[in-house]
Amino acid sequence: MKKGLGLRSYTIFYLIVLYAPIIILPMFAFNNATTVAFPLQGFTTQWFSEMLANTNLRKALVNSLIVSLSSATLATVLGILAARSAVRYSWPGKGLVMGSIMVPLVLPEMIVAMSLLVLLLAMGIKLSLFTIILGHVLMCMPFAVAILTSAFQTLDKSLEEAALDLGENAWSTFRLIVLPLVMPGIMASFLITFTISIDEFIIANFLGGGEPVLSVFIFTAFRFPATVPPVLALGTMLVAFSIILLTIAEYFRRRGVAKAGGKDSGGFL
Amino acid sequence: MANTPTAETRAGWSLVSVPAVYVLLMLAAPLLLVFGLSFVGLQGGAKVALPLQEGQDLQFTLSNYAKLFCLSASESCSSTDVRMAQATTTAMLRSLFVAALVTLTTVVLAYPVAYYVSFHVAPSKKALWLFLITIPFWTSYVIRVALWRTILGYDGAVDATLGAVGIIDQPLNLLQYGTASIIITLSHAYAPFAVLPIFVSLEKVDHSLLEAGQDLGESRWTTFLRVTLPLSMAGVVAAVLIVFIPTVGDYVTPELIGGGKVPMIANFIETQMWKLRNQSMGAALAVSSMLIVGILALIFVLANRRFLGVRK
Amino acid sequence: MTTSDEKPVMIEFRDVHKYYGDYHALRGINGTIKAGEFFSLLGPSGCGKTTLLRTIAGFEDLSSGVVMIDGKSMQDVPANVRPTNMVFQSYAIFPHMSVAENVGFGLRRDPRSKAEKAAAVEEALEMVGLKGYGNRAAHALSGGQRQRVALARALILKPKVLLLDEPLSALDKKMREHMQVELIRLQRQVGITFVLVTHDQEEALVMSDRIAVMFEGEIAQLADPETLYRRPNSKKVADFIGTMNFVPAEILSDESGKIEVEAKGLGRVTLDASQAPPARGEAPVIGLRPETLTLLYPGQVPNDQVVDGVIDEVIYFGDMTYYDVYLGGTDVEVRLSMRNVPGRPIMDVGSKVQVAWSPEALVLFR
Repeated sequence: MKKGLGLRSYTIFYLIVLYAPIIILPMFAFNNATTVAFPLQGFTTQWFSEMLANTNLRKALVNSLIVSLSSATLATVLGILAARSAVRYSWPGKGLVMGSIMVPLVLPEMIVAMSLLVLLLAMGIKLSLFTIILGHVLMCMPFAVAILTSAFQTLDKSLEEAALDLGENAWSTFRLIVLPLVMPGIMASFLITFTISIDEFIIANFLGGGEPVLSVFIFTAFRFPATVPPVLALGTMLVAFSIILLTIAEYFRRRGVAKAGGKDSGGFL
Repeated sequence: MANTPTAETRAGWSLVSVPAVYVLLMLAAPLLLVFGLSFVGLQGGAKVALPLQEGQDLQFTLSNYAKLFCLSASESCSSTDVRMAQATTTAMLRSLFVAALVTLTTVVLAYPVAYYVSFHVAPSKKALWLFLITIPFWTSYVIRVALWRTILGYDGAVDATLGAVGIIDQPLNLLQYGTASIIITLSHAYAPFAVLPIFVSLEKVDHSLLEAGQDLGESRWTTFLRVTLPLSMAGVVAAVLIVFIPTVGDYVTPELIGGGKVPMIANFIETQMWKLRNQSMGAALAVSSMLIVGILALIFVLANRRFLGVRK
Repeated sequence: MTTSDEKPVMIEFRDVHKYYGDYHALRGINGTIKAGEFFSLLGPSGCGKTTLLRTIAGFEDLSSGVVMIDGKSMQDVPANVRPTNMVFQSYAIFPHMSVAENVGFGLRRDPRSKAEKAAAVEEALEMVGLKGYGNRAAHALSGGQRQRVALARALILKPKVLLLDEPLSALDKKMREHMQVELIRLQRQVGITFVLVTHDQEEALVMSDRIAVMFEGEIAQLADPETLYRRPNSKKVADFIGTMNFVPAEILSDESGKIEVEAKGLGRVTLDASQAPPARGEAPVIGLRPETLTLLYPGQVPNDQVVDGVIDEVIYFGDMTYYDVYLGGTDVEVRLSMRNVPGRPIMDVGSKVQVAWSPEALVLFR
């Protein structure tokens, strides 16, 4: 271990820099000053109460929740279908289909957003929260498929055969054996896609037809110094919320690995 | 195994059909539409703004692409076209330059981290370290980017702090060095993207190979250069692609950090598609930039293909 | 071992074929498994034994042919309604359930009361020696315990046939030998038909009433262990089951139930027709098991045929010693095994020895 001391110090420094904005964020969110600057001026919760009083923000919050809950649910359901199909069955064209599902991962978001926009415009579909959801499901699906594929892979096929052998049919086997065992993966997928959707900006901005959502609200607010401190308060809450969700997701993922009797080998990706 | 091949295929297809159709409708169809749009125009050269009005007929044309090459005034290129083409070219080159530097920075800085976690962290703790590295990536991109604005900007954390302490009497306003700020911010935002693929490839390196290398008389450092690094190149290549492609197309950072004064290609696409409603022009821009990035990625992969073959 | 001739048929294979794409995994399987029998499917990996077992369970569709269980065709009968239960190679213990929940899993549709079911679970656990383990978490069990849970879970449904897919392969040697005896005891106790898949010939010989030896999707020989060992019907089976020496031979005459051969190194010998399985058109060889050959120590009087030899190799095994011996001044080398008992020193390489053999122990493959 001693050999790695230099590397270890470097890695810790790297982590600190990585976390710097997230650490600075709450500092200024509670700072009693209208400008974002050191030294800190004193503790206040003023920005939080100002933020909570903002009706636009509340509208945006409700919209964001609608979008994220729907996107996460749809992406996870579609992800279950795709992952189950890819892991359990062999069929021609699997590489192509699964590859296409993962494409949004390596395509600049602006391209995805603008292509969808063009299609929606061409078809005369009115932009709304619904169109944001359409885009978000597309963006979230690769993550859902990646998480769920590894969840389904840890499932021993003979467990399903054992249930069939003991008198259960295909559906009750899925309900009694498959679903409980991949549930941690499903929860992880839901939480992660929810986080992605609530944070996503480009699709939300261009496909929303002017409906306010949180990420757009934050983007706009950051452009005007006066609105920055309340947004820092909002950001603090969002970051805290994201970290809690991710920790829960990681907990579920690990429990899934432990349940299936496997060894933990890494993170989500 | 449980079914005959056809039954198995049917089961697989029927499960995957819904997500597959979704991707077909929401990704393949839009991309094809953009591709098609880039080759059409209206009579008289009017811009194509969807949805089409009554009586508008689309015609095949290469003029959208031609306009991108109007680098000097001529019969077919008005001075507006020339300014547009020059600005676009500048933005594209800037995007590539920024993305290349960001990629270089992130990958070089991430490699030791991935190496540390893979080789020096106890197996039971690896997941925790990876989790710590990935958390910032999952928190709002806009917030992270915007915070750099508050840190680097006029009256931001850096200026105000230094000013208060009396080190400077004029705000530095580091943001005015637009491209540099963009590179700092993007490098920070995409850091975890680079760590993960490199980590995965390092995990696949058989540690006995390293011992074999040292056994055969190599020093720790030459073992790294001759064994570890080549074996982990697949991860480095993946990291480069996964950072380079999205950063070329980044929109938020130039908007927030560069204040829109140093636009990158995504901002131009947005301008054409959204602000100007000139969608066939925007499509041509999108297709050409995807083509450029695609070709660069392909060249990069081909140049490294001898490393990719080693992967097992 | 019980004789199984008069028992009724439980499973019958009628010309069973199975293709995976172009790969012909089962090539016309015929044969019967009798009720109450401990039956083994033995063969090297890839011979189709597991596939055949899975056709009984209903996890593999047949390409052609029929599997009958208890007189009924199993065509279009899904796995969940077949009167068979299976112990999987991985045991397939449901990791999210307790031991009792695992064992009682198949009773979900059973109309009995909760208390009666609990009693049945407890009884099944007792039968496999896991009394009182019901509340344990399944994933916390050892390999041997998992296997017992898998057994109890399958047996609680009182199937007509219990299928065991390499159930002992994951256990260490001691545990495996222990479980072999346990399984035999269990099979006698419940009296149902056991069908075991194994690649371990010793395991098959120890446990089975009858064994089907499979190679490349076909049954090479179906017989009781003794017949299989003493009278293998082909060189391949002989080679797979235990150790057998092969000595080149020449057939001199073959008439009225007697076959006269000239075996290299052994000389002229007359065999009974029962010592020669049906001819396959191969070059004739004589097969002899190592334990049917004996080294003569000074002062011992042979009651059989004797041939001179020279020891080429000595392999010491503790309780046994194997000697590789050149026979009668030829280049024919055979391996023989001697039990190490007091007064029997280990011989040295190069020693000139006398080897006793008996004509009745020979088998002729041709």
